Amino acid sequence: MTYTNNIKEALYRYSLKHGDDRLILGHRLSEWCGHAPILEEDLALANIGLDLLGQSVLWLKYASELQGIGKNEDDLAYLRYEREFTNLLLTEQANDDFAYALARQFFFDVYDVLLYSRLKDSNDDTLKGIAQKSLKEAVYHLRHSSEWILRLGDGTEISHEKISNAVEDLWMYTGEMFMSNDDDVLLASEGIGVDVSTLKDEWYSKVSEVLEKATLSVPPIDAFMQKGGRNGIHTEDLGFILADMQYLRRSFPDAKW
Amino acid sequence: MVVNKLNKELVMELVSQVSDPEIPALSVIEMGMVRDVIISDDFVEVIITPTYSGCPAMHQISHDIKKVLNDEGIEAQIKTQLSPAWTTDWMSEETLDKLRLSGISPPHGRSNELDPDNLFNVIKVPANAECPFCRSENTRTLSEFGSTACKSLHFCDDCLQAFDHFKCH
Repeated sequence: MTYTNNIKEALYRYSLKHGDDRLILGHRLSEWCGHAPILEEDLALANIGLDLLGQSVLWLKYASELQGIGKNEDDLAYLRYEREFTNLLLTEQANDDFAYALARQFFFDVYDVLLYSRLKDSNDDTLKGIAQKSLKEAVYHLRHSSEWILRLGDGTEISHEKISNAVEDLWMYTGEMFMSNDDDVLLASEGIGVDVSTLKDEWYSKVSEVLEKATLSVPPIDAFMQKGGRNGIHTEDLGFILADMQYLRRSFPDAKW
Repeated sequence: MVVNKLNKELVMELVSQVSDPEIPALSVIEMGMVRDVIISDDFVEVIITPTYSGCPAMHQISHDIKKVLNDEGIEAQIKTQLSPAWTTDWMSEETLDKLRLSGISPPHGRSNELDPDNLFNVIKVPANAECPFCRSENTRTLSEFGSTACKSLHFCDDCLQAFDHFKCH
């Protein structure tokens, strides 16, 4: 498909940010490998992380093709600095405890399912392919995270308290998912991308449904929200992930397995 | 091998020697991963579709397909195609039997199209997946995520064995 430069650049940044979300969250989840509270969760979190990592490869590969300067998806993942990453702040938040990891995942999964369910009808063949493939994975992830919200919220006094704290603390990072920028608006008008602001109400209604069922209180939709990730302004947590993730590639450039 | 004698059947036959390293009982063709073979004058293009986005076996599979064709003097390129998305519906009845024989409980039913009016109605892992060893359904789910992205883990209360189930996808 041939695009004007304007659209091509917007689509590059669009693919990059969606790739970054999945790369960073996937890496966060991989940190649970060998540390999850039970073996089944070790498998689950590592598997979900792997799906997200696989999806990030698809997005970043497309971004590198659109960029057209001879870089590949690995260059984009391993050789950019914090300020060049445009992932959501939510995705980089640390694994404070299991409840935080699951609340973070649940908020993202609902958004992910809604995003892919619209993108699967994109006019762009690559985005359409990525979305068709990833949607099936996203719904499975959501099934897992929403069941844990129920189990922890409607569980013991301690589990209820922990998941309540996680929901409350992470809530301020959820608004950024629905803040559209010029690229979102442009690509939505071309039928290529999704204007994320249109997903907000449906996201809130699904999240409320699960939180209420889990006997948790639902924070207000118009609460104060943090932003910055989409413009490369991150929380302290991101630098630590990048140090971990990029160390090998930077120390041994072009190392091969 | 003389290149002008190349035909699709021959290429498919060679490719069918390649299996998923994590499910050696099935060839990549039986898995439904090989979508098409395009034969041009000086090379062959094999179009494959990944099972799960992050499946680590994909690199190995691409490499193996290339190798099996190169060994016969055929220049091959591998192209990955995402759409239509891979589904377990592409496995034949015969393939499902092969899975069972190799100790993996096959996908239960067909992967239904997602209901656009109810996005959150998710494909479920069967509560009583059939045991591949004794065919009993007196089984339970141990974990919805298993040893690979495509499998879940179950236990048979009749023959007292744990087994993998290939998820309907």
